[in-house]
Amino acid sequence: MADENEQATTTTTTSVEEPLDLVRLSLDEKVCVKMRNERELRGRLHAFDQHLNMVLGEVEETITTIEIDEETFEQIYRPTKRQIPMLFVRGDGVILISPLAKQS
Amino acid sequence: MLFYSFFKSLVGKDVVIELKNDLSITGTLHSVDQYLNVKLTEVQVLDPEKYPHIQSVTSAFVRGSVIRYIQLPPDDVDTQLLQEATRKEVTQPRKE
Repeated sequence: MADENEQATTTTTTSVEEPLDLVRLSLDEKVCVKMRNERELRGRLHAFDQHLNMVLGEVEETITTIEIDEETFEQIYRPTKRQIPMLFVRGDGVILISPLAKQS
Repeated sequence: MLFYSFFKSLVGKDVVIELKNDLSITGTLHSVDQYLNVKLTEVQVLDPEKYPHIQSVTSAFVRGSVIRYIQLPPDDVDTQLLQEATRKEVTQPRKE
């Protein structure tokens, strides 16, 4: 419906709560990003767009591999971590974004 | 177009691109386009184990869709500017 509410110019809204508005609340906060291939990123969210491309700062990436013991068939979770000071993440690998509780 | 502008501001800087096939390459950002396809010069493959048979080529074009991460030099990134630009971006005109 053609409403007067269509934003023709770039105005910052604080009212409408679409999912991406919730992500916007986490700008400059530490977030946890779950990605495809059992990867997880924790870092400070500096930028994102509608594709969920993101720039994260002070990032810790955790990759979890599951090894299966041949004999016992037990699953061994083996996380590997690395630190990256500033990272661009392509949105098509992102599954979810969640804020990390920050004590201010 | 936020990240397109962002990468245009990083032309000339050294970056490390991690691809979805786990290949990591380092090079100087030469150009970028609206699809975030990237052209690099002075390309070197980082981890000699994880890579196929690319020796240091002079330049490479990387399709945007195969990129997983791009590691950026932290000093060249203005985080305040990025955050402001993101706030203005909203989730603006979706193509209808």
